[in-house]
Amino acid sequence: MTDQTASQPSSKHGSLLAVDARTKKRNAAETRFKAYGIGALLIGLFFLVTLLTAIVSNGSTAFSQTYISLDVTLNAEKLDPNGTGDRDEIAKVTTLGYTQIIAEAVANTMAANEIESPLPAGALPLMVSASAAAQIRDTVLADPSLVGQTVTFNVLASSRVDGYLKGRVTRESLARDRNLGPPHLDIVDQMLDAGVVEKRWNLAFITGADASESRPEQAGIGVSMLGSFFMMLVVLFLSLPIGVAASIYLEEFAPQNKFTDFIEVNISNLAAVPSIVFGILGLAIFIQIMHLPQSAPLVGGLVLTLMTLPTIIISTRASLKSVPPSIRDAALGVGASKMQSVFHHVLPLAMPGILTGTIIGLAQALGETAPLLLIGMVGFIASNYPDGLASGFLDPNSAMPAQIYEWAKRADPAYYERAWGGIIVLLVFLMTMNIIAILLRRRFERRW
Amino acid sequence: MNDMRQIERAVDMKQTKITARGVQVYYGDNHAIKDVSVEIADKTVTAFIGPSGCGKSTFLRCLNRMNDTISICRVEGDILIDNEDIYDPRVDPVQLRAKVGMVFQKPNPFPKSIYDNVAYGPKIHGLARNKAELDEIVEKALRRGAIWDEVKDRLNAPGTGLSGGQQQRLCIARAVATEPEVLLMDEPCSALDPIATAQVEELIDELRQSYSVVIVTHSMQQAARVSQKTAFFHLGNLVEYGETGEIFTNPEDPRTESYITGRIG
Amino acid sequence: MSALWIALIVLALAAGGYVLGRKRALASVGGNTRHLHSLPSYYGANVAMMAAVPALILLVIWLILQPMVLNRMVAPMIGSVAAGEAGEMSLVMSDVRRVADGLDAAVDQGVLSGAEARDMQSDSTDVRATLSNVGVALGSDVTAETLSAAQRYRALSSTGSLLMTVVVLAVALAGAITATLRTHRDFRARNVVEHGMRVLLIGAACFAILTTLGIVLSLIFNTVKFFNLYPASDYFFGLTWSPSFGGGSSLGILPLLWGTLYISVIALAVAVPIGLFAAIYLSEYATPRIRAFAKPMLEVLAGIPTIVYGLFALLTVGPLLVSVFGEGGFAGVGWMQGGTAVMTAGLVMGIMLIPFVSSLSDDIINAVPQTMRDGSLGLGATKSETVRQVVLPAALPGIVGAILLAASRAIGETMIVVLGAGAAAKLSLNPFEAMTTVTAKIVSQLTGDADFSSPEALVAFALGMTLFVITLGLNIFALWIVRKYREQYE
Repeated sequence: MTDQTASQPSSKHGSLLAVDARTKKRNAAETRFKAYGIGALLIGLFFLVTLLTAIVSNGSTAFSQTYISLDVTLNAEKLDPNGTGDRDEIAKVTTLGYTQIIAEAVANTMAANEIESPLPAGALPLMVSASAAAQIRDTVLADPSLVGQTVTFNVLASSRVDGYLKGRVTRESLARDRNLGPPHLDIVDQMLDAGVVEKRWNLAFITGADASESRPEQAGIGVSMLGSFFMMLVVLFLSLPIGVAASIYLEEFAPQNKFTDFIEVNISNLAAVPSIVFGILGLAIFIQIMHLPQSAPLVGGLVLTLMTLPTIIISTRASLKSVPPSIRDAALGVGASKMQSVFHHVLPLAMPGILTGTIIGLAQALGETAPLLLIGMVGFIASNYPDGLASGFLDPNSAMPAQIYEWAKRADPAYYERAWGGIIVLLVFLMTMNIIAILLRRRFERRW
Repeated sequence: MNDMRQIERAVDMKQTKITARGVQVYYGDNHAIKDVSVEIADKTVTAFIGPSGCGKSTFLRCLNRMNDTISICRVEGDILIDNEDIYDPRVDPVQLRAKVGMVFQKPNPFPKSIYDNVAYGPKIHGLARNKAELDEIVEKALRRGAIWDEVKDRLNAPGTGLSGGQQQRLCIARAVATEPEVLLMDEPCSALDPIATAQVEELIDELRQSYSVVIVTHSMQQAARVSQKTAFFHLGNLVEYGETGEIFTNPEDPRTESYITGRIG
Repeated sequence: MSALWIALIVLALAAGGYVLGRKRALASVGGNTRHLHSLPSYYGANVAMMAAVPALILLVIWLILQPMVLNRMVAPMIGSVAAGEAGEMSLVMSDVRRVADGLDAAVDQGVLSGAEARDMQSDSTDVRATLSNVGVALGSDVTAETLSAAQRYRALSSTGSLLMTVVVLAVALAGAITATLRTHRDFRARNVVEHGMRVLLIGAACFAILTTLGIVLSLIFNTVKFFNLYPASDYFFGLTWSPSFGGGSSLGILPLLWGTLYISVIALAVAVPIGLFAAIYLSEYATPRIRAFAKPMLEVLAGIPTIVYGLFALLTVGPLLVSVFGEGGFAGVGWMQGGTAVMTAGLVMGIMLIPFVSSLSDDIINAVPQTMRDGSLGLGATKSETVRQVVLPAALPGIVGAILLAASRAIGETMIVVLGAGAAAKLSLNPFEAMTTVTAKIVSQLTGDADFSSPEALVAFALGMTLFVITLGLNIFALWIVRKYREQYE
């Protein structure tokens, strides 16, 4: 034993106030290690920011669209050669018959604004969307008395013009384009100065239907949104009751035996089965064997229900488990049956947790794409709104993620903007659902 | 109760190892330790007693800055070991803890072999230059922990496979292996059965030869059996501090008396 | 009558039964509920349950079975057309159903009368034109056989529907009546109702088994069909994947497995270090405020649908990588031909898996008892020494389990590889080359109007089976490890 005085630091350890070399080295290692952790976290957050930036910067333009306001002379000689004013008579003129009228309208509008055109008159309507003819025809059919008058229409510009205004299309990129050439852009510039061409808020993207491959400017996500909505209805009304019932059985009633174990193993494995396998199941069982209609939201909903069930069961069981046994004992103690104790006391107390889990499960189902590919919800052009409930469930439709995939596959880069825009819409839905779930949890969370 | 034993054990005047002056500890808004001043002697067993929640463990954890690991904990006042302020910004807690070892309430061997458990401290502090030296340190520590004979044939067996009392002695050996000067023990026997407790207490008495031992205990009998000096904490205050014999036979403060006679606690 | 209406009528019956049963129970004790065995509502519920449950179950089963039975009955009528090919048979049958649906639509819209639809002859009327008028487009002209089969199908299906209506409603009524008759003061209504509910609960729990069974059966059944058409050894050991729907395809799975593994390895190489270090930082170093901010932020990555990642790979990461590693890119190496590549998909999939790895590891690291850390810190170890030498070794089994779960995710991931990895199956080592995966090929073989009996389509089921077996094995193994690990600290 060494004899030490209080003023002399111990020989074994040296003064605490001086950091020895080894400790310095160890502290450096500590700093490095911590830096790795911070680095990893920052990289993760960087990816998140990059992803969100990519989505917003590429997708936000889908919410505005270029329109051209045209003074269209609805030439009576062309539309109603016999001068009957009869709607059926006018309806005989197909959209093709309106092409000439639009060409004249473009020329007139340019002349009115003193815009010189180096191009032949026939090349001018290419700046206008192919949907314009149908738009004008529909207006005329709705009010045949317009024939012969000059009416101002706001028609969609073609996707190239739209892309030019959004910076996606340049004179260089148009050099080899079949549809539009650099001279068109000169005209567009002048029209822009004259206020004939204008970029506007594009509600049609959110509410509208999908369009054919050649008309990206017209495509909207509205119909597939309805498809998703009907699918979610199916998922909600099937997976919530079945999931809750299954959880109640497993958590409250199931005896400890092989059968219960088997169910549990099944549930935990189903939760990790790749979603595409559920698509195969849907294809084989619902379509090949049960002959349910292809591409129908009902089938999509059924597949997603099976996929979501494990998630809902797992979260429901967790919230049932968090209700303390004393509650059950109290109910049983006053003579309630087991079933009454569960349905009168445990279930209401677990309800906020169950709803939170269900919403999160639904959000997962809403964003799921792969199984929908196999039951035919892709490749289908969702151009018609479902009329009525039965049609909503049974008629072919697309779903938001499937629609996004469909757009991403199309050749025209104008559709990429739509796909990103579709993602924004989808993410807004998912975010809302998750926020509701979080609020629900905050509001009703109970600490026992 | 062998209260007679500690009376015979005269306390020599020893060097002061640890000096605490006006220590205040806050957990967030909770004032856990209120103005505690105490001097702890070298080569002595000092016991902190008091009802649960009185702050004795908190104060113990101040002595090797284990409270640093709790982010909401704030310590004021001075704590000096060998006349050096351990809360001085120049002090590295890592070095401090090598000098002030600690044994915890629940035996907490690492999920490693018995050998690796003991060798862990010497390895990280670089106390051994080669394998032979390390072997020597491990053996010495295990002998000091009074567990060598029980484990020498299975040094590669996992430490978690030992019995509770053996695990705790292993943890003491582990703490001793870094050659500390102060050994803090936070209720080291509370998770052990009476036989294991007796073995550990015997060990503590031996450790007094080489270290300044500070032990927190909720058992007054244990304090009486193993310590020379006793400090009684109550609601964050140090109520009374003195010779163990004095405290137990002739307490000055009425609160100490109430606690010892079992009226509070 | 449509199934929806039948269901509504059954529910109405059940509601009426509830009121009736309750009334009858009260009447049997003269309004004094204390003499009843159960609460009056249980008597009502008993009647409602007996009315609705068997009838609705019957309805669902009928709806599932009727098309299958009809197919069986109508199929012999067109047996001569395509006796040999099972695939053509199913194509013809779908034509038959389409024509039948078209006739229904025509009758609904008043284009045809019921009798016309029944007696129409294909040589006298242009069925195709008639049907296209009502919005049902047919691929080819309708043969006499198809038309007569369709007419028979229509007739049978309307008979079937009528029968279904009658039987289901009869069952509902019978249930309601028996239950009402049994309602009496001493009847143990609560016990019966609770027993019934219990059976329903068990039924719900069995859905998990049914789903698994459905998956396994649909995979096995079609896989066996595939192996009857294509030799299993060529499938498992074939080095080329070149399906052609005209026949003579090589359908070797090895290039696909290689692509899958390659992409998964890259994904894990991105996700595991980042996820693990982020988890360590969050659980060991971060202040509560940083943790409260960063953890949910990382988990946002997990909540983003895979289609978004797919698009991100296709349109952002792919072009970015090409601009670096492509011809004339920054790096000047010219390794990359196009945006879709193993690297693109792997990188993006790695990003997707970061939160998965980090939150699982976070849970596992947090499960290591605090006393273990205290023990190490108390010996004078630094935090990083504690993490590396005590916490991580203790958490290792759990982390391995988490990585295996992440691997199973990566192998089963579809959208990212469909959009980001490319379509060509290749056995190459260059990570900047386009390759394809098992999941991507399942999608490409089963989308479109493929003939479901050709080996080119059926191979998708064999691929699905392979995928299912691999991921299932990984999951079971991983869950087993994680459970073992948790038991250790409980």
